[in-house]
Amino acid sequence: MEFNAPAGQNLFDRAKIVGKSTPRIDGPLKVTGTAPYAAERHGVAANQAYGWIVGSAIAKGRIRSMDLDAARRAPGVIAIVAATEHEPVGTSDYNYAPLFGGNEVSHYHQAIAVVVAETFEQARSAAGLIGTEYDRVDGSFDLASSKDGAPLASEGGSDFAKLGKFEEAFAAAPVKVDETYTTPDESHAMMEPFATIAAWDGPDLTLWTSNQMIHWGKQAMASILGMPEENVRVDSPFIGGGFGGKLFVRADAVMAALGAKAANRPVKIAMQRPLMFNNGTHRHATIQRLRIGAERDGRITAIAHQNWSGNITQKEGENGTLQTPKLYAGANRLIENRIAQLDLPEGNAMRAPGEAAGHLALEVAMDELAEKLAMDPVELRILNDASGTVPGDPDTKISDRHLVRCLREGAERFGWSKRNAVPGQQRDGRWLTGMGVAAGYRAGPTTKSAARVRMSADGHVTVETDMTDIGTGSYTIIAQTAAETMGLPLESVTVKLGDSSFPVSSGSGGQWGAASSTAGVYAACVNLRRMIGEKLNFDADAANFADGRATLDNQSWRIADAGELTADGEMNYGDFKDGYDVGTYAGHFAEVRVDAYTGETHVTRMLAVCDAGRILNPLSARSQVIGGMVMAAGATLMEDLHVDKRFGFFVNHDLAGYEVPVHADIPHQECIFLDTLDPVISPMKAKGVGELGICGPGAAVANAIYNAIGVRVREYPVTLDKYLDRLPPAA
Amino acid sequence: MPLRMKINGEARELELDTRTTLLDALREHLQLTGTKKGCDHGQCGACTVIVNGERINSCLSLAVQHEGDEITTIEGLGTPGDLHPMQAAFVKHDGYQCGYCTPGQICSAVSVLKEIRNGVPSHVTDDLAGDIGLSNIELRERMSGNICRCGAYSNIAEAMTEVAEA
Repeated sequence: MEFNAPAGQNLFDRAKIVGKSTPRIDGPLKVTGTAPYAAERHGVAANQAYGWIVGSAIAKGRIRSMDLDAARRAPGVIAIVAATEHEPVGTSDYNYAPLFGGNEVSHYHQAIAVVVAETFEQARSAAGLIGTEYDRVDGSFDLASSKDGAPLASEGGSDFAKLGKFEEAFAAAPVKVDETYTTPDESHAMMEPFATIAAWDGPDLTLWTSNQMIHWGKQAMASILGMPEENVRVDSPFIGGGFGGKLFVRADAVMAALGAKAANRPVKIAMQRPLMFNNGTHRHATIQRLRIGAERDGRITAIAHQNWSGNITQKEGENGTLQTPKLYAGANRLIENRIAQLDLPEGNAMRAPGEAAGHLALEVAMDELAEKLAMDPVELRILNDASGTVPGDPDTKISDRHLVRCLREGAERFGWSKRNAVPGQQRDGRWLTGMGVAAGYRAGPTTKSAARVRMSADGHVTVETDMTDIGTGSYTIIAQTAAETMGLPLESVTVKLGDSSFPVSSGSGGQWGAASSTAGVYAACVNLRRMIGEKLNFDADAANFADGRATLDNQSWRIADAGELTADGEMNYGDFKDGYDVGTYAGHFAEVRVDAYTGETHVTRMLAVCDAGRILNPLSARSQVIGGMVMAAGATLMEDLHVDKRFGFFVNHDLAGYEVPVHADIPHQECIFLDTLDPVISPMKAKGVGELGICGPGAAVANAIYNAIGVRVREYPVTLDKYLDRLPPAA
Repeated sequence: MPLRMKINGEARELELDTRTTLLDALREHLQLTGTKKGCDHGQCGACTVIVNGERINSCLSLAVQHEGDEITTIEGLGTPGDLHPMQAAFVKHDGYQCGYCTPGQICSAVSVLKEIRNGVPSHVTDDLAGDIGLSNIELRERMSGNICRCGAYSNIAEAMTEVAEA
């Protein structure tokens, strides 16, 4: 099905199931521990052996030797695949750091061996007997000292853009902010580690794994192992979190496949947690300089956002500028995104890559500008709201935008009028209290997505697509979409996901999954309706499907009477969308209290008001948003991969050292969805929200801390060591 | 080494490597995979089970330490067709997303309500001698050993409150 023009009125505008809060259909499996995650699928292949991955102890250099004898003789060991005895595996379009093989080491904890043994304990123990000698060389591990002279990430597009005359306008502006912000490297730290069971059957390889993008994974595995794509099957029905860390095939899958080949039996690997942080990918640290110039009435006349990050191949940095051309008006603009070469582990996508870090800079700079203008920061944002076309790209139309409503309704609901604009003045006993606001923008992309729907003789419909559910609620919104389109109750739909033998979907990433995958399911269901119509001799496109029946012109057919049918469908998007910026918008509010004596910060309230088109399942969409708000609070308050700049690795590489928010850190959170519809995105008029929730709340928390204590910290995370000595007098 | 435990009310006999943790005994040897391995180092809480009535991180104790112990895992609390009230409340309040930390959260949540009923104080309990109220912060403090990276905390607190007040 082609989507070539904005959607008109359609069945989703009269929806009975789509758009209604619906408990997850996979919920009972998850709460009883019966949903099968990758490493626990004992039943899929008999005689599974255990693999343990050995990581490099240096960040850069060569392996001089590996002594494998003792490990090979250790009890229970079946096979060892070592880098020194294996050619480097191939690369794919999706990985920058090499995953395995050869003597060259390009980052710390790069996989250099897998030990396969009868039991987990034997594999782990034998791995400790491997003696590796290295020739270590120095590398580049410090972004701040590597950034000078760093080239643009690319010459155009989102990496370099000029509009008007920024320098002149900024120089002439009566009120200006010129500040630099830094954000640290961060880890996805999803709860389920990278995990794979691999089994060979002749030339065929099956990976029961944990992966967000099934088709990418299948393609990547084929190119990494140099085998035909049709011989690879990837299956991930349940994924214990990804946040971008599982977009790509990782070392667990590669080493399980190589280990299984060497051992000649299925091999299971769940990567040990202390290896995850340096072996996998991470969100890159950034340095961001914001310059904003405004008239005395608050109108922005000049805005420049320059961003630096680094990566192992000097590709794919963390582009903190992404939201800046979209959010605020202003005639004179400059965007620069530069990337340095670093020898740290691979930086790659983590939830809202670019924007999550970018809002931490832009939205604090806006707060600083508001203060200089003596203007309310909500009003400053509203005054500079954009309409019609994208401020930084005037050739592109805005599809549907209600940021002002988000801010106004949020301010009203949050009690913003009670905020004291003078920082460091609000006391509640021992606590200094403050409120902060930030706007949020995240693109609402779509990508083609396919599905298959099967109707059984009793009228039950089964949806099959390689779409994944990484906690986002895909199972449920797909079931809702199919039930709505086919006119069936939710219980009459079964959803099967994550298997590469199913039609290729959008997968889960970039908050494109919900909009894209449901549109693909809709396309398949429309084809099934037409097959039913042909079979029973009515015009399915004109008929109304409800209660298991199709009705047209006073005639009615029971759809199950069409018998067993299978229909495939795919949604493709026309060029018309290129003329539009489809975005999601939010107003984020936070309240904090800071202990006037110890400097300890607690978030006491959080609110997000979101504009993301039709919300397919408000219950799970709200969870997506509040989850993003939690991760955003983490980014502001604690998350920080500490770089050992001598040896080039992340020091705090476990869940004790890498702190993430826990229950005690997170108060009751509120999330409001505006009742908007975006006809440009898809027939569903629904946009994703999984990343909108992390775009802005961190800045709102940072601004609230400033409002509470009157000390501006521009070096994230905002930990008390950075402001304790400057707190207002406590008594 | 031979080992006998009562798991979810059923007597089980195992022959185990002394290095095998209680977590791996459950997941790998008994194929009770509802209990999750998130970190294997007692840092995340995904492996929480209830041993002789008290919650523990099953990755932090060796199976052979549990001779004769009574162990309740998530599978022992309820089944998809017959949910424990806490499991049902998690579904109703969407107290999860990816679901991987969920069995540990639920085992902890059930235990936390019992700990409060039994007067076991926490770091945020003001009056160590009096009744411990079911305040939001009291629940959150006690649940803080169970990380949920998806960030379902607010919903989990609501699910627990509903069960506690039922």
